[in-house]
Amino acid sequence: MISIFQNYGSTLLYGLGQTLLCSIIALVFALVIGSGFAILEVVPNKFLRVIARVYIEVFRNIPLLVITMFFYVVIPMYIVEISGFASGTIGLILYSSAFIAETVRSGIQSVDPGQMEGARANGLTFWQAMRYIVLPQAFRYVIPPLGNQFINLVKNSSVLAFVAGFDLMYQGNVIASDSLQSMSTYLCVGVLYLILTLPLSYYMRYLEKKLA
Amino acid sequence: MKKIISRIGLLLTLLLTVVTLSACSSSASQKNVLRDDKQTKTITWGVKADTKLFGLMDVRDNQIKGFEIDLAKAMTKQILGKDGKARFIQVTSQTRMPLLRNGNIDAIMATMTITPQRAEQVDFSRSYFDAGQAILVKNGSPIKNVRGLNHKGAVVLGVVGSNSVQNIKKFAPKAKVLQLSDYSQALTALKSGQGDALTTDNGILYGMSIENPGYSVVGGTFTKEPYGIAVDKGQGKMRDAMNEALTKVENSGQYNKLLYKWFHKVKGFDFKGAER
Repeated sequence: MISIFQNYGSTLLYGLGQTLLCSIIALVFALVIGSGFAILEVVPNKFLRVIARVYIEVFRNIPLLVITMFFYVVIPMYIVEISGFASGTIGLILYSSAFIAETVRSGIQSVDPGQMEGARANGLTFWQAMRYIVLPQAFRYVIPPLGNQFINLVKNSSVLAFVAGFDLMYQGNVIASDSLQSMSTYLCVGVLYLILTLPLSYYMRYLEKKLA
Repeated sequence: MKKIISRIGLLLTLLLTVVTLSACSSSASQKNVLRDDKQTKTITWGVKADTKLFGLMDVRDNQIKGFEIDLAKAMTKQILGKDGKARFIQVTSQTRMPLLRNGNIDAIMATMTITPQRAEQVDFSRSYFDAGQAILVKNGSPIKNVRGLNHKGAVVLGVVGSNSVQNIKKFAPKAKVLQLSDYSQALTALKSGQGDALTTDNGILYGMSIENPGYSVVGGTFTKEPYGIAVDKGQGKMRDAMNEALTKVENSGQYNKLLYKWFHKVKGFDFKGAER
């Protein structure tokens, strides 16, 4: 294991960087898009609700790899050139946002309906009530399941390896075949993933304690 | 204080798991593969199932078919006698070494080039096929040979774990190399314009160009890639039996028949040079 770090340290670190970059981009966009669709799922307008439902069911029920391969293979053929890293990140955003939307929706719905009714009775519009009364409470409820989604997102970024996105898993595959030491290489890769996910999971725990 | 102790305990458990796991790799090397195979009348071969002409899964009857499969069957008959059976397990460039070392397969015949680096990990038979690395490009591409790829912005596609991605870094150091998980993936990536050329051994590229007339092999070969059969370290008897069986298959003319059976459709295949 140590020899792997000595010989391929820079390669592994580069892969770690790419995984981190992809995860951060995907996390930010997936959270924003996911929350957006979660709100659309509970608005009074039926048309918007149907759109949100379709989006969530489509991307939640297709394997991440299929979404990613679609962007890697089909889109460049007909529309625009797109790199492996970008197609993997887009796939990850679409896939994770569907799960995050479901998580946030459950949070919104677990806020007592009386809160919304009270806010509306006091003259707030639907969007104001959402923004200032319901969402702050909803996010507090969903911090633990959101933490799960974030950790899954980081691990799912290994889909980049399939489309040559130069992430940690890709470098792991390359190193394993170059050094012929599969066992220790994948152990190193596992440890590096832990370095990414453990602080994340501790931070979510801390947030949970602080806000609850 | 309690918290710290429990944290240290957790760390120790993790460490122990890692150490135990890394100890797993050195096993299965004590047994005598040749003797076991003679008893069970079966040799388990690790073969490619994604490589046309060498080993390709036929989805209609779920059988792997190709030059290597037929050669492995012929050699099995030479080693174990008429009633010997060859069992085939699908491997990739990444999985073949671990599978061999943990004893899931007895020998690898999977378009594996004999290299000094690999020879430290496994024992190779002598070469059963002399391939060479080449490039596959779209018809009408400005790239005519490997030197045409040696500029910034050129993207070469290869397969993770294959020798060819190491070589291309020597012949076209300025090109960017993308390593995909298998040949069909790499070909798909080439078709969707993710790279300018696909590089691997000529035999495999010929198989691709037969299936995809819009793509052709250009520039000839620029390396020598002798394919060898790999057995685990310490199985010298198995390797000797392989070499002997290969010689018999070659001398009986069976080898040349198989060569013709699989490669007669390939334009420009050098039969004179490949015949044994």
